[in-house]
Amino acid sequence: MYDFVTGPLVWISFLTFFFGLIARAVWYVKGLNWQMDRVAYRPHMRHGIKGAARSIFFWLFPYGTRSWRQNPVFTFLVFIFHIGLLVTPVFLLGHNIMLKTSWGFSLPTLSETAADVLTFAVIVSALFLVLRRIALTEVRIITNAYDYLLVAIAVAPFVTGLLARYQVADYQFWLIVHILTGELLLIAIPLTKLSHFVLFFMTRAQLGMDYGIKRGGMKGKGLAW
Amino acid sequence: MPDGKLCNKKTVDTLEQLHALLADKSGKQYYEEMNHLEVDDKALWATLQKTFKSRLKTWLGICSHCGLCADSCFYYLANDRDPTQVPSYKIQQTLGELIRRKGKVDNAFMQMCMDTAYSKCTCCTRCGVYCPFGIDTGIMFSYLRGLLFSQGFVPWEMKIGTGMHRIYRAQMDVTSEDWVETCEWMAEEYEEDWPGLKIPVDVENADIMYTVNAREPKHYPEDLAEAAILFHLAGENWMVPSEGWEETSLAMFAGDWAACKMQVESVYAAMERLKPKRMVVTECGHAYRATVIEGPYWAGIKTGQPPAPSIHYVEWVAEALRTGKLKIDPSKKIKEPVTYQDSCNYIRNAGLGDVAREIMSYIAEDFREMTPCREHNFCCGGGGGLNGIGRYRQQRNVGLKIKRDQILATGAKLVVSPCHNCWDAIRDMEEIYKIGIRWSFLKPLLLSMVEVPEHMKPIEQ
Repeated sequence: MYDFVTGPLVWISFLTFFFGLIARAVWYVKGLNWQMDRVAYRPHMRHGIKGAARSIFFWLFPYGTRSWRQNPVFTFLVFIFHIGLLVTPVFLLGHNIMLKTSWGFSLPTLSETAADVLTFAVIVSALFLVLRRIALTEVRIITNAYDYLLVAIAVAPFVTGLLARYQVADYQFWLIVHILTGELLLIAIPLTKLSHFVLFFMTRAQLGMDYGIKRGGMKGKGLAW
Repeated sequence: MPDGKLCNKKTVDTLEQLHALLADKSGKQYYEEMNHLEVDDKALWATLQKTFKSRLKTWLGICSHCGLCADSCFYYLANDRDPTQVPSYKIQQTLGELIRRKGKVDNAFMQMCMDTAYSKCTCCTRCGVYCPFGIDTGIMFSYLRGLLFSQGFVPWEMKIGTGMHRIYRAQMDVTSEDWVETCEWMAEEYEEDWPGLKIPVDVENADIMYTVNAREPKHYPEDLAEAAILFHLAGENWMVPSEGWEETSLAMFAGDWAACKMQVESVYAAMERLKPKRMVVTECGHAYRATVIEGPYWAGIKTGQPPAPSIHYVEWVAEALRTGKLKIDPSKKIKEPVTYQDSCNYIRNAGLGDVAREIMSYIAEDFREMTPCREHNFCCGGGGGLNGIGRYRQQRNVGLKIKRDQILATGAKLVVSPCHNCWDAIRDMEEIYKIGIRWSFLKPLLLSMVEVPEHMKPIEQ
């Protein structure tokens, strides 16, 4: 079992992840249509790129946009959640040791404490984000089971990772569950709404181009996101 | 019963059809017929498959249901934070459901979609600015309106509006003859006060081709005279086209994309015919957006630009003040507190926020911004065609509360509103809520404070 989840399944999930995301991005761009979207992408590419860059840039920073600033607690939770989600698995010591063993190189690594803090941050912020979904009527009304499922898929590797790390029970069992949930997450990213991993950049770029080319970007200083 | 006599999937292309619709007071028969209108789900699904692509598909698909769009929507705020007014909810219940059911929907569903698309969204596109993914629900509702129009589910006034555009190339029954006569009439009417005043028609190679909103020749001809006087004072080499003079597009609000194309092509044809250096559009928000911002795409112009460079009236005013073509008498500047209504259609959707402020710096001593303002401003409450739809009057009036409170918070009693829709909404707001405000286009204000060179003054008898 261990050999399977750490062998072929790893390959399947990483390949699905990478090629799935590339396919998502390519399909997105291929499906754009200057006349239907009413944005002259090609003739004004320079303004478009500027608009796209601005549209992504401001949103990548906590409190970088008016919307982020108006929702300070949510913004805090969202950024903590996403930073933890992205940073922890990539720079975790354990993961990098495996990387070194198999591929002969590794990335800079987090200290154990930092990794623990980030992991707890992911779990706690996810918990608050879920509570927010339940507590606020304007969020509750648009929330469905799928939204909760996605949170569960995203957080599961972190919970199981902690259980394995602290060897709460059977280490081998939790390790395998951890790897499986991690692989599930990798596969789910391109195949579900979690595709916003890449589509966030695509939709932000598209609206940025819209504003940069058509909605005033060629006249004014660009939209104050 | 499938298609009704008045309410059907056919477009209004003849006077007979138009008059029959107009004769139906308040659309009573029209809406009754709508209750029996069948949905052509095959055609609907075929259209969806052809036009529901990347941008819209991704917007609907990746919405994380975070609810940040809620507070961005003036309807949500005006309706005491009613969760059914959350933009994400509104679009998922309508367009989202339409996709999920692959177009297999019934009459009641389509009417619900129509009521939502017209009375719960003015397509102001503010939500798109507040969504982390840049999901622009206003654009999606505009798309939905197009689908609804193709199936005959469109408010009565909008159906009439599209018919007007198709028949008259204007949102009202103003023919080219009516228009040219109005121009002549206004020039004659004001010639005595303004020696040499002319409204030149169809002059080739002019510096400016001026185009209007059909309401001006129809109901407010003095607006045209004021424009003429200001161009005259500024020494502009300007003219109006006898055809292709109308900028507005109720067809855009209705989602009648073919009529949108016909309308803007009439203006572009005037540009091609008369070769003006540039076009100036009157003080109307959606007219500018329709003809200058969206129009080139309907007409299939790949650069996304109209045939001649085109500017909004506020851009011309700012330029005239900046270059000294128009000079303001400092003693006549507006002394009282005054605020400015940012029209979604040319501020958020065309980036003219700075220009508006520049004008205010020349004409007002105590200019007060609304909060929020510029690209973040709220819709007046009457956008997207809503001012003109009787069926949704109550919903419109509730929506006006946000703008009302914004204006009141500035302490200003005068609102400068260079947009016909905003102007109407603010007028109605005063009528309904009686908050003691006045509102004005720029033209009459400028005329009251502009310096008139001696040689342009009337000769005393």
